[in-house]
Amino acid sequence: MRSMKRIAVICMIMLLIAPVMVFAGGKQEAADTPMEEPTQMTVRMFGAFRGEEAARFNEALKPFIERTGIDVIYEGSPEFETQILIQTEAGTPPDIAALPQPGLMMNLAERGFLKPLPQSVTSKIDANYTSAWKDLGSYNGDVYGVFHRVNAKSFVWYPKKEWEAAGYEIPTTWDEMIALSNQMIKDGKVPWSIGMESGGATGWVATDWMEDIMLRTAGPEVYDKWVNHTIAFDDPAVKKAATIMTDLWMDDSYVLGGPTNILTTNFGDAVAPLFSNPTQAMMHRQGNFITGFMPEAIQSNLVEEVGVFALPSIDPQWGTPVLGGGDQFVMFSDRPEVIQVMEYLTTWESCKDWAGAGGALFPHQDQDFNDYASTLEADLAKILVNAEVFRFDASDLMPAEVGAGTFWTGMADLVSGVKIDKVLAQIEKSWP
Amino acid sequence: MAQATPKSMKKTKTVQEVIVNAVLIFICIIWTLPTLGVFVTSFRDRDSVLDNGWWTSLSTPSEFTTQNYSQVLAGKDYSYTKSDGTVVVSRGDNMLGAFLNSITVTIPSVIIPILIAAFAAYGFAWLDFPGRKILFGCIVGLLVVPLQIALIPILRDYMKIGLNGSYLGIWLAHTGFGLALATYLLFNYISTIPRSIMESAFLDGASHFTTFVRLILPLSVPALASFAIFQFIWVWNDLLVALVFLSGAGQTVEVVTQRLLSIVGSRGQDWHLLTAGAFVSMLLPLTVFFALQRFFVRGLMAGSVKG
Amino acid sequence: MSNFSMNKTLEKPSQRILSWIARLFISILVPFVVFVVLYFGFRFLRDSQAPQIVITISAIVWGVGGSAALYGVTNWVIQRTNESWRKILTPFMFVGPAVAILGWYLFIPTIRSLVLSFYDRSSQNFVGFDNYAYLFSDASMQTAFVNNIIWLVVGTAGSVVLGLIIALLADRSRFEKVAKAIIFAPMAISFVGAGVIWKFMYAYRPVSSNQIGLLNAIVTFFGGDPQNWIVLRPWNTLFLIIILIWLQTGFAMVVLSAAIKTVPSQFLEAGRIDGASELRIIRSIVIPTIKSSLITVSTTILLITLKVFDIVYSMTNGLYGTEVLASQQYKQMFKFLHYGRGSAIAIIILVAVTPVIWYNLKQFGNREVF
Repeated sequence: MRSMKRIAVICMIMLLIAPVMVFAGGKQEAADTPMEEPTQMTVRMFGAFRGEEAARFNEALKPFIERTGIDVIYEGSPEFETQILIQTEAGTPPDIAALPQPGLMMNLAERGFLKPLPQSVTSKIDANYTSAWKDLGSYNGDVYGVFHRVNAKSFVWYPKKEWEAAGYEIPTTWDEMIALSNQMIKDGKVPWSIGMESGGATGWVATDWMEDIMLRTAGPEVYDKWVNHTIAFDDPAVKKAATIMTDLWMDDSYVLGGPTNILTTNFGDAVAPLFSNPTQAMMHRQGNFITGFMPEAIQSNLVEEVGVFALPSIDPQWGTPVLGGGDQFVMFSDRPEVIQVMEYLTTWESCKDWAGAGGALFPHQDQDFNDYASTLEADLAKILVNAEVFRFDASDLMPAEVGAGTFWTGMADLVSGVKIDKVLAQIEKSWP
Repeated sequence: MAQATPKSMKKTKTVQEVIVNAVLIFICIIWTLPTLGVFVTSFRDRDSVLDNGWWTSLSTPSEFTTQNYSQVLAGKDYSYTKSDGTVVVSRGDNMLGAFLNSITVTIPSVIIPILIAAFAAYGFAWLDFPGRKILFGCIVGLLVVPLQIALIPILRDYMKIGLNGSYLGIWLAHTGFGLALATYLLFNYISTIPRSIMESAFLDGASHFTTFVRLILPLSVPALASFAIFQFIWVWNDLLVALVFLSGAGQTVEVVTQRLLSIVGSRGQDWHLLTAGAFVSMLLPLTVFFALQRFFVRGLMAGSVKG
Repeated sequence: MSNFSMNKTLEKPSQRILSWIARLFISILVPFVVFVVLYFGFRFLRDSQAPQIVITISAIVWGVGGSAALYGVTNWVIQRTNESWRKILTPFMFVGPAVAILGWYLFIPTIRSLVLSFYDRSSQNFVGFDNYAYLFSDASMQTAFVNNIIWLVVGTAGSVVLGLIIALLADRSRFEKVAKAIIFAPMAISFVGAGVIWKFMYAYRPVSSNQIGLLNAIVTFFGGDPQNWIVLRPWNTLFLIIILIWLQTGFAMVVLSAAIKTVPSQFLEAGRIDGASELRIIRSIVIPTIKSSLITVSTTILLITLKVFDIVYSMTNGLYGTEVLASQQYKQMFKFLHYGRGSAIAIIILVAVTPVIWYNLKQFGNREVF
């Protein structure tokens, strides 16, 4: 019995040693390879965008990788917002992360996870960005974020050929737009296609609409007060914006499929009815990135197929402000190669290929509008860069409980039939 | 009924049998329909998936394609046109590596807790030591603890000892979260093994360890297998624990569920790929289940039936 | 770790001491070697660049072999001590690892959560019962409480009753094996996968388009209007619960069906000869016999239901009034980073299940072992 046990123990130990032997061999190889390329450095980047967008970003990084020999690996995750928090808690953060919300940057900076950008990067930001972008990337006097791809959201898209055939004209005021919608209904058409489903982030399409209307009815100062909670969330100004929005959204004749369809249509699928055969809807309000979601045939012929105009003004004194958003790149490590990547991101060189691939706008001052894939996108970029009033997405600036919580859920409630007053009161109550 | 003759009894019995079978078949059809829909969809192309219901395609089986599976297994292609007209194609992530990772995560995460729980169940059932009842009560009490509350504290502990993103870390996490149920189930079984069997072993002079390894483990195979099915399915299908404890290691150590989540494309909903991916992820747990099924019932039940 | 066991009295004292030292040395050396080997295995797995398949195989060998070896070595050391030490140490070896791991992974975090639930979001300042007060007054939490009760009642009862019915039917059918396999199969599907499957069942398209969801296709086939099931309050919670029932009924069925088979057939025959109807036999013979199985199954499903957040998370993310406690807890903890409130919800869940566990333990008390 005893000898049996001894044999068993020996067997177990052998089993354990076996992988170590393999390991010894493997380690040897691993030790050998770096000898040949002693300068192979890797920078790990992490963000929320993936799929095609990630492929385009990788394309934009290629010149840098070729020039410096630094290996830059970008990974995107659908669970980015949770993942980045977990990784920082776990002590395994990426070298660089692309944060969609300034609030998240402040949170991470406050807890000391982020490294402030060195002089070499901030001087480039000063040179190549307007101060608004630098402010959005700053916390407590230090600059942490570099904006790269950004988006502008206040656009209305339409099928150009269809409009030309029907003889519709681009509306210049909100009232004209509503009149046009009524005209379309009279012509037996559905004016709007809206979709707000976006997985765990469902709600942002509606918050974007709200914000655009807020900017147009109350102006940028009130908008800022709303973001900072100096006015309550159920303030009459907010209620007014919500009312204007629901008047359009909740009307079965204005929106394809009515409110129930809005809730479960994916935001990316919502643009499809404009270009289906036969055309199912005539207008779609969405950021510039929506071109990437249009059918292949349309994308390759944007200028002839797609028309776009800025969401018209409601109150003439506030004009047509531009609402936008964007990922800011922040660094968790200040190794020289990481700083090099950050410097690269401030240059137009890092944007050129992505601009050429389409679906992205950039805030860089030295950009060449001819590099964009189409004149259509170049025009959008001009609107963004030259906007008199530009405001960042309010929901990204509000505390997460509201901006990524009750504001989103509240909008979903609103569309599913809950009364405006109740929704706004609930959001107000949830403000931390 | 009380006066029923044998003949009419037989007749009612056949009628009953027909009804029983009819109801059962009806339930089975309802139960299969959702999965069948996904299965059929996984063989259709993107446009027809969005265009009409999967049942309509049953009349045109020639349109079925295995394209979705090859995209899921080998990686999805992304293509876009650059401004100079060249088309850039880049290949997305494939599921094969994730499959191996899932296996690496799952097998030890199933065996380690079984081993530890079996030892503990034996200890609680057949060893006498102070605090036995209280300890066991605590373990059953821990069945209710939602694992979410443990994630952040454990993550911080792991950071101190460098376990984040390692296989050992996630095995231990799965062990910790599955151990309460494992101990509870195995105790149910091991405690019902007749005392006489054990006593004869002790008379032969065997130690507890020997008795356990030689006698109890082989006798408990049904219980071990039934828990193994449970834990296998749970670990294989787990998303949350993997998201938390493997997150720092990057995409090279992603498991199948994580990969499945990323298939939900950035371009709308890629139903055709999602359904194929869902099916690939189901294959192994279903196989394990059918392979170990015959043990399942005996093992799970042993304790509670007697009660 | 001394060894006072009887040695041969003929040995010289110096020899005795030498052999004692040698044995002590070995007793320490062997575990030490094992630890070192395990440690290098760990380092290898963490740092290696070897091909995936090599890592997979060596990881499995290392993990499984390692834990077995630890037990083997511990036992080996214990066996080298004397009788009284062995008696003290053996329970440690058997129960110790489980207790230690459960303590680390579940017990201590629970205590920590209890403490954190009295602190503010960043766990800096003591706030008393503020978090609890907030949770009981917050609108979405109230929805979550109501929904959770619906989940517990409908989900548990639905799975158990349906499982029992299917088990009884299968017991009387020729297709028993096939039917049971079909009903059980959903257990093997991940929540992510189940989400895909059921989103497809409930898919909604406007009246004018083709329906791609089966449920709406059936509704429109019979002339109804398509419904957006997961948005339709308050019924959407029930539609989510159906998913849980679909997943868990198989479990209830397998266990109950096994229990039914243990009902002695002479009881059933006796009942039939007495002329009792099948329903009567089930009610007064079968159900009382399988009572304890019913309790086990109900408890297990109840616990699963209470912790279920995956279904809600993947189907609606808690929108449209479908929030449950577990999904709220996840949001507070990982989205809003409010550790105080997140912990408080966890404690509420814990307190809510305590009676069930208490009842289970009492059932255990009636057993022979304790």
